[in-house]
Amino acid sequence: MTVMRPMPGGQVGRSVPRLEARQKVSGRAEYVHNLILPGMLQVKVFRSTVAHGRILSIDTSAAETVAGVYKVVTGEDIRAIVPEPYYGPAFHDQPVLALDKVRYIGEPVAAVLAEDPYIAAEAVQLISAEYEELEAVFDEVEAVESKAIVHDILRPAGTFPDLKHLVGRRDTNVALDYRLRRGNVDVAFVSADHVFEHEFRTQQTMHTPLEPMVSLAEPGDQSLTIYTASQSPSFVRIEIARLLGWPENRVRVKVPHLGGSFGAKLYIKLEALVACLALLTRRPVQLSLTMEEQFYTITKHASTFRIKSAVTKDGRVTGRRCEVFYNGGAYADIGPRVAQKSGFTAPGPYDIENVSIDSYELYTNRPPAGALRGFGIPQLVWAYESHADLIARAMNIDPVEFRRKNIIRDGRPHATGTPVRNAAIGGVLDHISERLEWSKPFDHGSGTVRRGRGIAIGFKASIAPTTSIAIVNIYGDGSSSLYISTVDMGQGSDTAMAQIVGETLGIAAEDIKIIHPDTDVTPYDMATLGSRSTFHTGNAVKLAAQHARSQLDDLARSLGVPEGTNYGPKDLFKKKYGMQAGNIIGVGTFIPEYKSPDPETGMSENVTPFWMVGGTGVEIEIDTETGQIKILRLINAADLGRPLNPKIVETQLSGAALMQLGFTMFEKMEFDNGQVTNASLADYKIPGIHDVPWTIENHIVEAEQPSGPFGAKGVGESGTFGVSPAIANAIHDAVGVRLTEMPLTPESVFNAIRAAENAPEKD
Amino acid sequence: MEPSARQIQFTLNGRSVTALVESHLDLVDLLRRYQLFGARESCGQGLCGCCTVLVDGEVVSGCLTLAQLVDGKEVSTIESLDADGELSTVQRAFIEEGAFQCGFCTPGFVLMTHDLLKRNPDPDDHQIRDHLSGNLCRCAAYPEILRAVKNAAARMRASLPPTPDT
Repeated sequence: MTVMRPMPGGQVGRSVPRLEARQKVSGRAEYVHNLILPGMLQVKVFRSTVAHGRILSIDTSAAETVAGVYKVVTGEDIRAIVPEPYYGPAFHDQPVLALDKVRYIGEPVAAVLAEDPYIAAEAVQLISAEYEELEAVFDEVEAVESKAIVHDILRPAGTFPDLKHLVGRRDTNVALDYRLRRGNVDVAFVSADHVFEHEFRTQQTMHTPLEPMVSLAEPGDQSLTIYTASQSPSFVRIEIARLLGWPENRVRVKVPHLGGSFGAKLYIKLEALVACLALLTRRPVQLSLTMEEQFYTITKHASTFRIKSAVTKDGRVTGRRCEVFYNGGAYADIGPRVAQKSGFTAPGPYDIENVSIDSYELYTNRPPAGALRGFGIPQLVWAYESHADLIARAMNIDPVEFRRKNIIRDGRPHATGTPVRNAAIGGVLDHISERLEWSKPFDHGSGTVRRGRGIAIGFKASIAPTTSIAIVNIYGDGSSSLYISTVDMGQGSDTAMAQIVGETLGIAAEDIKIIHPDTDVTPYDMATLGSRSTFHTGNAVKLAAQHARSQLDDLARSLGVPEGTNYGPKDLFKKKYGMQAGNIIGVGTFIPEYKSPDPETGMSENVTPFWMVGGTGVEIEIDTETGQIKILRLINAADLGRPLNPKIVETQLSGAALMQLGFTMFEKMEFDNGQVTNASLADYKIPGIHDVPWTIENHIVEAEQPSGPFGAKGVGESGTFGVSPAIANAIHDAVGVRLTEMPLTPESVFNAIRAAENAPEKD
Repeated sequence: MEPSARQIQFTLNGRSVTALVESHLDLVDLLRRYQLFGARESCGQGLCGCCTVLVDGEVVSGCLTLAQLVDGKEVSTIESLDADGELSTVQRAFIEEGAFQCGFCTPGFVLMTHDLLKRNPDPDDHQIRDHLSGNLCRCAAYPEILRAVKNAAARMRASLPPTPDT
């Protein structure tokens, strides 16, 4: 537990309980699934059973005759509403329902509407489709050269300048090829004392928010209202309006609380389908996925990372080549941004003179991959921190010392050329090693019970440039509301933002009401993602509150109220209007400065408004007869600037690390020729209470982000960064074997131990 | 195929109610008709605990309980705990320890904690983990939940005279 002093206003820096705490513990918090509209139709989806194929025919006749079925809709029917029904944030590649081709098993092909969801589900069973099967590709590395082409032609959305060169490209599965060239790695390799090269892989996993994805569309007169469990209401409105060819003001998007998301309910998911179905039927339409269907909707990228380093004899890394392959699945979603925005940090938080990065987003015939808590970063840290330990071990250098020797110091340029400032990389490393008492002797156990420890640090740039707008409204009685389109999905943004308003206006955070996203009412916010809200929305909220404050001061002056008089807003309004009336409306808009990387070199002098730093240290115990791994201590530390709400921040670090523990130790989507074979919580295990290590510590490293609101910056993902490689490094320390592919299961540990006994490793 | 609907009568959070219930309807969907949304379907397989409901005082998975089976029984949901406007000690402990993030699984954890403390007013860490192992929290607020259970147990022991029959 970190003790922090609150700011002078007593709001920022205080562990305010979540504003909606009472509603959440009493089961009364508002989620989309609480909404029941009169005349509402339920949707059930008929899905593809082949991984890649041309649609020859779809037979819906039997389904249509089921009593209670209102309508059955296929991709061609959608064209009546949207002639070009392809959506997506980076590429316009995903059809509302499959057209011409199917590209993965589980892809939506037809939809049945009925008032009773049980009837709709029964009718779905009566639909059949014939496909001409095409060769499929599932592996991200094979996809580069594969003859199986997932999309005949690339369709970048056009809103991102760095995707423009891909327009119209044919016969390729490469949806993005980000490159960075700094110095000359080839020369570095030739002149190096040591060269190390490794390959690391991660598996496809899924967010499994416990509130399954749900969207509802209600048609109005020349308008449409969408109630949706979404992290990005502003984007949903823009994208639906684009598809329909409508102005934004005819589409209204409302979002209450989310029952978890972690990147799943981002950009556009079910909204396009329910919008089209509502307009086709002129009825309110709800689509609520089952847990199984979520596995066919969005996932976390599987990846392959080839990393090669040039190292001097005293342990300085002088060159590093990174080749990263992200398995994007059948539709790009936000994958190309993952490949680019995360790709440029692939060399890690290290000061390396010569760097070459190639980061690829590949189309394959798997369910689509998008953002999942870390936006591609955990896959990178897994590789570069495993690699770091392997180098240190091979050279007989202490792993912490090796890192300390190579980390980027304040003001030194990152691989992109952007100077790294306000990133406590060394602070995080030191904090963890102190907590682990790294310099003291460690008991590695004996016999069949061996112990080990490991450490890993990582960092992440923020998504840029993005905009947030906030409105503070002070009412006649002096109470106030904050209008933002930031979505509270459990991270506590409502509470943190109220604390910023409270600190600025001198009122208790608990007394501020948050108006939840409603695009008719709340202003634009790019999206709640990538740990951007504390910084971006937070800055906009602070500006809005300051704007309101200055208007109150102006009002006081215009009314002749002497300075220093204890006149509250209520008294000012009364004096101005003669009664309880009026509003003060403060508006704040925030967009940070940013410079897009050069398309040839990948260089930029200002690639991110801030850096997030996170790290983990573990002590583990391994039973060498079974491969069972027991985590004895899990120590997380992060630089998140000054915490707005220390308790919520620690919960974020802890929750992120435990989620990553699941991805590290056991979560894995299993496939049989493109078919997910464990798409349920019965077969896909997520961390439960027995998986929580007996000792878990979360540390906020002392830091400040001067450009952030009250010195704060994002924290939602930082706890994920170091977990996987820290555990792999600890396994190596305990039993001398190196796992290069996640998850780190007892079986893989056991097999590695046995393999090593047969062919002992040199290091 | 016509669904076979049947009239049932049961007690819902202390009030007697009747409902016409189709044979396939589950308890979570039945509760939605009464605007009770605290029991939620998530995994649909009785594995996550989000749909926890009490039937005749026993915890059940609402998503696996056919609605017709509660005929003649007493059903209590999370919404019954603060019926008098006051949160229960367990609910207050969950707030105090920050034992949730998104809140979707919280009603299930709160009900299971009540169930645990009714059986065992002073559970140790192992007993708490065992009793709550059927509830999942994807936000992984488990460390805070463990603290909240202990916090609630201590408060309840302090405020209640020892009961010899437990």
